[in-house]
Amino acid sequence: MKLEDLKKIREKAEKDIVLRDGKSRIKVTVGMGTSGIAAGARETLKAFLEEIEKRGLHDVLVTQAGEKGLSSHEPVVTVSEEGKGQVVYGNVTRDVAVKIVAEHLVNGSPVSANIIEVNK
Amino acid sequence: MKKRLDVLICGGGACLSSHSQDVKNKFIEVLKAKGLTDEINLVETGCMGPCEMGPVMVVYPDGSFYVQLTENDVEPIVEEHFLKGRPYQKKLWAAPEARKIVEEKRQVPFFEKQQKVVLALCGKIDPESVDEYIANRGYEALGKVVTEMTPEAVIEEMLKSGQRGRGGAGFPTGLKWKFGKASEGKQKYIVCNADEGDPGAFMDRAVLEGDPHSVIEGMAIAAYSIGADKGFVYCRAEYPLAIKRLEAALKQARAMGLLGKNIFESGFSFDIEVRMGAGAFVCGEETALMASIEGKRGQPRPKPPFPAQKGLWGHPTVINNVETLAAIRHIILNGADWYASIGTEKSKGTKVFALSGKVVNTGLVEVPMGITLRELLYDIGGGIPNGKKFKAVQTGGPSGGCIPAAHMDTPLDYESLTKLGAIMGSGGVIVLDEDTCMVNVAKFFLEFSVEESCGQCAPCRIGLKQMHDLLEKICEGKGKMEDLDLLESLAHTIKATSLCGLGQTAPNPVLSTMKYFRDEYEAHIKEQRCPAGVCKDLISYVVDESKCIGCTACARTCPVSAISGAPKQKHRIDPSICTRCGSCIVKCPVKAIYIGPGAVKREVESKKLHLEKTL
Amino acid sequence: MECQELHIPDNPQYRELKRIIEEYRNVPGPLIQVLNRAQRIFGYLPREVQLYVSRELNVPLSEVYGVVTFYNFFKTEPVGKHIVNVCLGTACHVKGAQRVVDALANELKVEIGQTSQDGFYTLSTARCFGACGLAPAMMIDDEVYGRLTPGKAVEVIKEFQKNETNQN
Repeated sequence: MKLEDLKKIREKAEKDIVLRDGKSRIKVTVGMGTSGIAAGARETLKAFLEEIEKRGLHDVLVTQAGEKGLSSHEPVVTVSEEGKGQVVYGNVTRDVAVKIVAEHLVNGSPVSANIIEVNK
Repeated sequence: MKKRLDVLICGGGACLSSHSQDVKNKFIEVLKAKGLTDEINLVETGCMGPCEMGPVMVVYPDGSFYVQLTENDVEPIVEEHFLKGRPYQKKLWAAPEARKIVEEKRQVPFFEKQQKVVLALCGKIDPESVDEYIANRGYEALGKVVTEMTPEAVIEEMLKSGQRGRGGAGFPTGLKWKFGKASEGKQKYIVCNADEGDPGAFMDRAVLEGDPHSVIEGMAIAAYSIGADKGFVYCRAEYPLAIKRLEAALKQARAMGLLGKNIFESGFSFDIEVRMGAGAFVCGEETALMASIEGKRGQPRPKPPFPAQKGLWGHPTVINNVETLAAIRHIILNGADWYASIGTEKSKGTKVFALSGKVVNTGLVEVPMGITLRELLYDIGGGIPNGKKFKAVQTGGPSGGCIPAAHMDTPLDYESLTKLGAIMGSGGVIVLDEDTCMVNVAKFFLEFSVEESCGQCAPCRIGLKQMHDLLEKICEGKGKMEDLDLLESLAHTIKATSLCGLGQTAPNPVLSTMKYFRDEYEAHIKEQRCPAGVCKDLISYVVDESKCIGCTACARTCPVSAISGAPKQKHRIDPSICTRCGSCIVKCPVKAIYIGPGAVKREVESKKLHLEKTL
Repeated sequence: MECQELHIPDNPQYRELKRIIEEYRNVPGPLIQVLNRAQRIFGYLPREVQLYVSRELNVPLSEVYGVVTFYNFFKTEPVGKHIVNVCLGTACHVKGAQRVVDALANELKVEIGQTSQDGFYTLSTARCFGACGLAPAMMIDDEVYGRLTPGKAVEVIKEFQKNETNQN
């Protein structure tokens, strides 16, 4: 093994333990209260996890939270970015989730059709 | 699929024995049943520290810290926390005095004052995964050392860091390496002393179980510095799990080329072999340890020659302990100045202490050198349980001494502890409360040293036995005041004339208890009284008849049937049958049983009475 | 003194020991390692095994015997099927380990170092196995049991024996 090989192993391995450092650029919070789950939040969460892995976005943290009280808009997803505030999305189906990853997380432009609240 | 949660279950020795494995298996089962296996990462780690609260578990990214888990907690945790994002409050760590719910690991008081360097990865990574170690900059220090630094530069860095050996004596690591390097010889060895024999010390076990690669890396760096190509880890047979994890780590390191020939293509070759001890305390002494690696009786020999000159099979050998070696990569990566900025003027860096005995939070803690005993015991340790009064702490095992309440604000560093007649030792801190008899504690350690003496030199073999017999006499209420002087003079002679560290330090527990708790010795001798109610010959268990309700609970629990009395009648304990096991005191629902004076005292008093009558 | 002829039975245990000795043939200072492994095979180190190791490794029997008797870990008497090892380290001591030993000795009707009548348990004591956070503690073989009381310890060994008997 050379030093460079060690570096490569480290870069790859770091990604697998990123959750334990609490360091991330963007945090995606999926509302997983009773009504969220009833509205399909589990599928939404899975979609985020799969899509983020597929695109290799290692600085994105996906987590879950209780409900926000916006039952009619479930599943509700919050995207928070360091220094840029929060965007709250409603009715996030599998397809919308994929779209949010592609447009918001990768390109930085929120998916306007599903936005229900913006907190600076 | 991207993992969204890291669930770290402690697989340290203490948690394993409180059945963390069952909890882990239950998690595997429930996660599978709910189809969560792909998105949640379940990891078994080494010791996280708060052993008293085991089995413990941390969930990242939020850092929720769960304690005292059982299989029954698994379903609700998965349902509430992993699915709905609401940490399961019932088993989150809450400080016992406050019972306030805390959500983050860093808010747990136990962790607040700690600074984790050596233990940083214990409980944070899977000890059987070299990848997770590498992700935390593992083997980077070794890479840097062998490709960019000369052995001299590494030794210089170690000298500058001020690190001192964590095994007990506190000899500067850099200096030891310098001597090893300076010794002539084609064959040299580096040895890791993992024969953690001091009762009450278990940090080395935790490091080997939780972060074995850090020890391997430290050994490789040491080997490069002194010019050794072969290393031995001498580990106690009592630590089967540590040996297993270490062997697994060695295999991985070899497979990746981190051990073996031409490491990092630098021309440096090094490999390590594990040697298992066979249960002899004296083998923690370095010359005895080497004899044992050679397959002989573990008998120490006089120094000089020091191992760095003439060690294993006559070749120059450097011996460092586990905690010392585990810190080395951090010194190389963060620099000597960083390490030297932690701690006090003469004691640099952090130290791992093993808290046990009569303290609320038992377990492993790592703090900067120089923290006070008070901070360690009360802020981190959570104080004394059951409303009892603090009496002393014992540090340094059978070579150490006791520190009484009056010195609670002593900084914990090598010099301050030595000045008090205690020593840093390997860092075992055993807390003693008012129910502990200090004469009994001194006798306990002497018994230990007598049994573990290798028998080679007379002061240790014969002298310690004499001291032990004197203490036994005192504990039986048959001591005389002259015995105290005799004890003291024997102690000084043994210290001055013994061959090795075992004999030279074995009288310390007696000297330090005599210094701080002379009143207890005198109570045993002059009044045939054991103030703590421990020494069996000086106490008896008595039923207070005004309180006894005749429930027979005590009579039923007594293992030797020493308690008589029919139901609803007052019970009575026959002191000639009673073995003072204490079972009845615990069982009595109305606290009617108390500790009274022992047979010796009663005998003395009746004789006195008899004498007065005849006069 | 008559020269003792060594009759080594050709059984799987000795074949295993022979294999281990070959493994250590080129390792320097192998005696303790070999004895450790031998004890794992035989449960203890009878005279015959010591003699065999002595001849195979070409180390005088007196030296083998010296090593065997020096280390606490080596046993020269047969032991029970399982070893109950009670920790008598400092933390365990101040938390009442002696009472645990007494209760176990009373239950098994043995002294320390002896084996119960049914050959199931050998009662032994240790000098701290680093489970101080769980004091008082004991081990049954490699498994640690902590936070004991005299009553709980007795329960544990009863339960353990019951479980194993049921399995067979």
